[in-house]
Amino acid sequence: MNRDDLIDFVYDEAATIDQMRWDDWLALFHKDGRYWMPLEWQQEDPILQPSLMYEDRLLLTVRVERLAGERTFSQKPKSRCHHLMERPRILSMGEDGGVHRLRTSFIYTETRGDLLERYSGWVSHELVEVDGALQIKLKRIDLINFDAPFSNIQLFI
Amino acid sequence: MDRYRGNSQAIADLVKGHAVHRDVYVDREIFDLEMEQLFPNSWIYIGHESQLKNTGDFITSKIGNQPVLASRHRDGQVYVLHNRCPHKGVKIASEPCGNTGKFFRCPYHAWSFKTDGSLLAIPLKKGYEGTGFDADQAAKGMTRIENVKIYRGLIFVRLAKEGLSFEEFFGESLSTIDNMAERSPEGELEVISQPIRYMHTCNWKMLVENQTDTCHPMVAHESSAGTAVSVWEREKDNFTETPMAVQLYAPFMSPYEFYEGAGIRVWPNGHGHTGVSGSIHQDYEDVDGYQDLMIEAYGKERAHEILGDIRHNTIYFPNIMVKGPVGILRNFIPLGVDKTLVESWVFKLKGAPDKLYERGLMYNRFINAPTSIVGHDDLEMYERAQEGLHSNGNEWVNLRRLWEDDEPEETTEVVNGTSERQMRNQFYAWRKFMVQNMDQAVEAAE
Repeated sequence: MNRDDLIDFVYDEAATIDQMRWDDWLALFHKDGRYWMPLEWQQEDPILQPSLMYEDRLLLTVRVERLAGERTFSQKPKSRCHHLMERPRILSMGEDGGVHRLRTSFIYTETRGDLLERYSGWVSHELVEVDGALQIKLKRIDLINFDAPFSNIQLFI
Repeated sequence: MDRYRGNSQAIADLVKGHAVHRDVYVDREIFDLEMEQLFPNSWIYIGHESQLKNTGDFITSKIGNQPVLASRHRDGQVYVLHNRCPHKGVKIASEPCGNTGKFFRCPYHAWSFKTDGSLLAIPLKKGYEGTGFDADQAAKGMTRIENVKIYRGLIFVRLAKEGLSFEEFFGESLSTIDNMAERSPEGELEVISQPIRYMHTCNWKMLVENQTDTCHPMVAHESSAGTAVSVWEREKDNFTETPMAVQLYAPFMSPYEFYEGAGIRVWPNGHGHTGVSGSIHQDYEDVDGYQDLMIEAYGKERAHEILGDIRHNTIYFPNIMVKGPVGILRNFIPLGVDKTLVESWVFKLKGAPDKLYERGLMYNRFINAPTSIVGHDDLEMYERAQEGLHSNGNEWVNLRRLWEDDEPEETTEVVNGTSERQMRNQFYAWRKFMVQNMDQAVEAAE
């Protein structure tokens, strides 16, 4: 893997969400991968400190399948989303047990009917190589206002 | 023109028992009167004593629309104060919590106050000499709220000078808080983190009603809990044990019969709970070592009694819900007639294994977060109701499920768990505390 491969992965992952290619997106996660949205500043523990989300592939699958459900009333009309991202910073390239770490500044926008909500923060990726392909071990989203009361966030930052 | 202010009959007429008029959810004057009457006349939860460990610690909160703060004074007592400077009204504490040191200091003109609210100092004090200032309310400092009760660490406040005592107001309903605290081998709860906050564009009472609405989970949450169950059915062969997450989600799909049998208990003054003889919390896996700790602390019989009481949702009228078995307290804070801030707290049980706290935190983010798929289902319903209620095609909300003529309004009883009895119970109390002392207040103003 070179630097461009890692940076491209981060952009491509966001594109699978924006294009709602949910199966492609889930396939990017390692079998033990996690999606984490902390609720505290520089949070260290996803288990014994409160989080907005800390989900494995099973739970992410539930979310994705729910979005397609006939009786998912909060998705009538369906939400759309948009990731605007700064160039990812590479923090490490596999030196640490084969884990590649990147951190990317973002503005994320999600619609709900006529409403449009915007969120800002940083996304951190921990990526590993499995059979020559990159997989997400951890995707962590730190919002700048993690402690503010939001309305529904239904898709994925 | 005021339709309701000073007209206790018009307010009482909004509640028919088996129906309530939509104005209770959409009328701005009614909302204002809730802030002036209902909230001050009731005992309102503002926080937990464990958030005030050290001298100078404070928390801020609201009673209706009135900002208050609680602080730990050097005499060891907790004082609850109106959170405004007696000078120009500036809010003294702006953060949810913190430590102010030995005194509060207004950031505008540096008036300062001891942590029991009394006035400490004013710059250029000479300017007040001989002006009559000593007789002003301002000279006493930040206004203290006299009616404060700390029950098992939970801090409740009644703003109105006259009214029901804490014990009269809550009565036997306190047994849910007792049970939650007794689930700690030390009998104590602790707040060690911030709540999950979730903004709702709906009236606060819709959220309160939904806590004992047992006919919605299998319908509204088919999308979330139903999908969780179907994904699990498909994937479970890849697992050696049922994940905690599945244990939390799956019971939401329990059928009507389950809720019918589980029962609802109502108490006077609008309190009540679901899950009298069974609940969605009953089948969680045992946590290693916890039973032994409980038996050691309480003895076998008492420990089983405590852990066997698996109440679902308990409403403490008007605006909190307590969920003992997972240690959660939800505070439905009214911000406007169609705007409600929900803060959901998880208590740590002192002396209990971390796994229980982990489960409480997981439950909280699954059900009570802006990122919760169960929450998404509910909020959608509240928002549609807030909009639909503006229709003039029908001005009434129907609450007739399992209604009986001459339903007693101030009573303790257990009824079928799919009854809308507790919603009616809340509205009887709503009517009572909305009009309490109202006529006297109007006469005084005239």
